[in-house]
Amino acid sequence: MPIGAWSDALRNGSATAKEHSEQALERIAATEPELKAFVNVTGDQARAQAEAVDQAIAAKQDPGPLAGVTIGIKDNLCTKGVTTTCSSRMLENFVPPYESTVTERLWKAGAVMVGKTNLDEFAMGSSTETSAFGMTSNPWDPGRVPGGSSGGSAACVAAGQCDVALGSDTGGSIRQPASFCGVVGLKPTYGRVSRWGLVAFASSLDQIGPFSRTVADSAAVLQVIAGHDPRDSTSLDVPVPDYSAALNRPIQGLKIGILQEAFVEGLQPEVEASVRAAAEQLASLGCELVDVSCPRFQAGIATYYVIAPSEASANLARYDGVKYGYRAADAESLSAMTAKSRAEGFGDEVQRRILIGTYALSAGYVDAYYKKAQQVRTLIRQEFDRAFEQVDLLLTPTAPTTAFTPGEHSNDPLAMYLADLLTIPANLAGLPAISVPCGFDGQGLPIGLQLMAPVLQEERLLQVAHHYEQAADVMANRPEAPLVA
Amino acid sequence: MAADWEAVIGLETHVQLGTESKIFTAASTAFGDDPNTHIDPVVCGLPGTLPVLNKKVLEYAVKAALALNLEIAEHSKFDRKQYFYPDLPKNYQISQFDEPIAENGWIEVEVAEKGKDTYLKRIGIERLHMEEDAGKLVHAGSDRLAGSTHSLVDYNRAGVALAEIVSKPDLRTGREAAEYASEIRRIMRYLGVSDGNMQEGSLRCDVNISVRRGPDAPFGTKVEIKNMNSFSAIQKACEHEIQRQIKAYETGEPVVQETRLWDEGKQLTKSMRSKEGSSDYRYFPEPDLGPIEVKADQRQAWLNELPELPAAKRHRYADALGLSQYDARVLTDERLMAEYFEAVVASGADAKLAANWITGDIAAYVNSQRLSFSELPFRPEQLAEMVQLIDGGKISGKIAKEILPELLEKGGSPKAIVDERGLGMISDPAAITAIVDELLAAHPDEVEAFRGGKNKLQGFFVGQLMKKTGGKADPKLANQILSQKLKG
Repeated sequence: MPIGAWSDALRNGSATAKEHSEQALERIAATEPELKAFVNVTGDQARAQAEAVDQAIAAKQDPGPLAGVTIGIKDNLCTKGVTTTCSSRMLENFVPPYESTVTERLWKAGAVMVGKTNLDEFAMGSSTETSAFGMTSNPWDPGRVPGGSSGGSAACVAAGQCDVALGSDTGGSIRQPASFCGVVGLKPTYGRVSRWGLVAFASSLDQIGPFSRTVADSAAVLQVIAGHDPRDSTSLDVPVPDYSAALNRPIQGLKIGILQEAFVEGLQPEVEASVRAAAEQLASLGCELVDVSCPRFQAGIATYYVIAPSEASANLARYDGVKYGYRAADAESLSAMTAKSRAEGFGDEVQRRILIGTYALSAGYVDAYYKKAQQVRTLIRQEFDRAFEQVDLLLTPTAPTTAFTPGEHSNDPLAMYLADLLTIPANLAGLPAISVPCGFDGQGLPIGLQLMAPVLQEERLLQVAHHYEQAADVMANRPEAPLVA
Repeated sequence: MAADWEAVIGLETHVQLGTESKIFTAASTAFGDDPNTHIDPVVCGLPGTLPVLNKKVLEYAVKAALALNLEIAEHSKFDRKQYFYPDLPKNYQISQFDEPIAENGWIEVEVAEKGKDTYLKRIGIERLHMEEDAGKLVHAGSDRLAGSTHSLVDYNRAGVALAEIVSKPDLRTGREAAEYASEIRRIMRYLGVSDGNMQEGSLRCDVNISVRRGPDAPFGTKVEIKNMNSFSAIQKACEHEIQRQIKAYETGEPVVQETRLWDEGKQLTKSMRSKEGSSDYRYFPEPDLGPIEVKADQRQAWLNELPELPAAKRHRYADALGLSQYDARVLTDERLMAEYFEAVVASGADAKLAANWITGDIAAYVNSQRLSFSELPFRPEQLAEMVQLIDGGKISGKIAKEILPELLEKGGSPKAIVDERGLGMISDPAAITAIVDELLAAHPDEVEAFRGGKNKLQGFFVGQLMKKTGGKADPKLANQILSQKLKG
């Protein structure tokens, strides 16, 4: 049930948060053995929060805009008193003594947490395969990956285990799994949502955003989590517009740029066909389609795989076995304790990225790699600025392919990195971007359409995505998939 | 030192900025409490926490930089300096690398050494930057890591704001190095941005030192010395190290690039670790903090808030008030003492006389009582009154010294005390003549001896006179009358 309708039902007494959360927990119990979307199901917290919502309603108090809405929280967002593992052995038993800003705002808005969702270890990956606690399955085909890194959040929403979820997106970690799982995923403008409490992967790229089954629900969640936070120096101090009110504004005359460089060689033909059809659908709704070129778009991936690991190598240096987290036994010396703890506590992909980043920042290489990458990042941003002088939004596929199978890329990190080819540039430029389902391939796997907007133009993204969603009604013709809600 | 050797010395000074909370979080900076009582998730570098710059730290850093004649950068940034050590919670230190808040300044130091001429020297300052302090390790079973059974870490100090001040290699002697460090401390205390307490580590100096054969020779190998916790230790460490290096060169021993520790007990430096090549700290811009901006009007407003600094005071005291370099130096050592002195002069006292009282008996009292000049019950206008009583011949210096302890302890009007107790000077020639006559009559033998050529006996009669008058006789007049009468 969409949040709007649910909210009405809750307020007019035809539903209770308790029933709603119990249904979610039952659905989780039924599907989780196969899906494995959660690292930790928080039934007790869900019941307590639902109870509080029902009591507020009974007391005729405002229970908040997301009252009773069930939500899965990516397990790299700190939740006070609830383990936050980042799907890593390193933090397997880490219980934060504080709450992230986004979850604090969600609980204040009445949302109900059903669990902490699985991810690639420390959000490094595109499939959840690097999770120390096992892979999440794709609800459309349990033999395939859900995408990543926020694979658990995408899967739990697609499977109806909860209404919405939060993920984090450093190079596509919300949009790519949304695309693979046939749900809506929104990465807001860098700085729109506070990162306080988000375990850092690459600080200049990380951004938190929602997963939902409808665009309107993403708007409702963004409304609650967006806004300035004095605890995050990079959070933007600008007013938060009414996102839901933007949804139904007319889209006639908006210029949509078809980003030429996104239609790359190697793009799965069904993905290209489906995305181009979606563009035509927008044209039929009154938008004007314009071919746009950003020549350095494809340089994004090389740029990203220098900047993100560089920042990660510093961000993950704190996990040394001294203060919290995993500590190796029987170390002979201080440095051995740190080295051994990190070798045992981190998985291969995390270690690979730490090594890449350490290398890229080392004396003698920093100019050729890190500084060069920063320069290219600036050029990419400038190209987007010029593109947005011509058009209101840019349109691309979200991912080059539909969901792949586990192990398909595990011996080839580069092939895995290409899964983020189309999503990375928005992170480098700090732009908001959304993935909306736009069709299915021949195997019944969902395809995602990506829209990108200028900085702080989330309204425009949501508005066009909503119109598209209503007109295309992609889910009306969806294939059979028992795990999908 | 052999005549042709010259030392080249530069100092890196870490000044703890005295803000109540830490540089990137609200945790307290209080010193000396139980371990890990002033920590929070940010201090401990818990996952998901973020730094937010304490605005007071920026203000203090800019004020310190302005006082050191540094140019303030309109835009600067923080960087991450990366190295693994357990006292560094994130295993990187948030510091400033290639765009510090301030660069290119200088201070003037007055180099005074016993038996040598005092001289002024301008010392260049390379830069000042802001950074966070680390915590500290406590090793159990040994005073250092080697040999300890286990180690504990205390993060109370972690995240305390530091200003690192880097001098140019302009210093040439241990004395200059000590004077420079001492002037930095004095300036920081004048500004109120740091207490500069070396024992508690709120001011720490590392010395870089090399020697060469004369000012045109290329620099020698640079050695770093740490662990000096007083200015005299800085001086002695430099002097020892200069001699050590010269001796090494002259005997063909190698001087290696290394860090040495000053051993205060043994009064020598000893090798701590070699520094072959420079460490790779993998600096990169701190993505969690935005650019640091200091707009021109803000810079000007902070500049306007700076007090008159010690060097300016020293010059003014010598030039406008006619004090000796020595007095000017002593009076300006502490801002509160200088302000006390200035208030006394402003109340009408002669500057030189006021200076003598303040640097003498009053400073001794303040130090012995561990007071600051602002807490002294004897207020500046009261001291001015006393100085004027002496200067105007109303009381003798001896009387002033007698009533001073009471005034220092309780304050009060010296004039009222003098009047009330009849301590005013006897300056009536007739009264003194009468007493002198009495004296001469009582000591006929001494008078005769004097007249027989024992001139020294005049002192005896002065003593008797002062004893009789309770020290109140005008000494000049008394001497004059005595001389006359003794001659007969």
